[in-house]
Amino acid sequence: MEVARIPILQIENYLVASIQTALHDKAATQFRDDLLERIYATKARGLILDLTAVDVVDSFLARLTGDIAEMAGLMGTTVVITGLQPEVAITLVELGVELRGVTTALNLEKGIAALRKMVEKENTHGAIG
Amino acid sequence: MAPSAEERCIPVKTDLDIVSARVEGRNLARELGFGTIDQARIATAISELARNIVLYAPEGKVTIRAVVSDDGGTGIEVVCEDNGPGIANVELVMQDGYSTSSGLGMGLPGTKRLMDEFEIKTKSSVGTRVTVRKWLK
Repeated sequence: MEVARIPILQIENYLVASIQTALHDKAATQFRDDLLERIYATKARGLILDLTAVDVVDSFLARLTGDIAEMAGLMGTTVVITGLQPEVAITLVELGVELRGVTTALNLEKGIAALRKMVEKENTHGAIG
Repeated sequence: MAPSAEERCIPVKTDLDIVSARVEGRNLARELGFGTIDQARIATAISELARNIVLYAPEGKVTIRAVVSDDGGTGIEVVCEDNGPGIANVELVMQDGYSTSSGLGMGLPGTKRLMDEFEIKTKSSVGTRVTVRKWLK
């Protein structure tokens, strides 16, 4: 079945993707694959995954989000999750899901700032880039 | 506890139905006067339960209805039923982190934490029925 693709935008060295619709599992998995391919094609240093418009993060989507951060990290791209709604943060903790190793920021602006700082730090530590 | 006329039944077979079920649940929760945090809890619980149907059973259904408690309180009840293999060891699946699939193993214990009441009935090769309720405070 054809699934609606989530647009992935590029700003300088960073990719920005914002989930705006309720994702069913296949669309979410497709999105993960699209993101990793775009990272590879664009050699992006960072990725912002914006969840401002997401009103439900269940254990599946939480796992997928963690996977994206880990996989992108393996490729050398830093991921920052932005815009988690308060009710999403509450349900994630109550559900018992830990987004370990995932950097989060309040909104897109703070996310970009965090990403810049992290990438700069990598540069000064002599990462190949 | 008296049943109410308001009842929505969503057949669940694929991952698309998981989204339909939780949208229906959130809509009814909102109509009943639940706040956004409880709406998210209810929608997330439905998502977890409906995913269990898709993962482990050929098909099933989610029934969402408004209920009234003995003392007149308003609540929402979600019943998730399937004709799957049943759960061999309920105690085990109620433990955090236990999973037989690619999930996080947070589905059932997590759902219990999100809701006020949680009941599970399961029989080998007959199926599983999970009933959860949330009360308006």
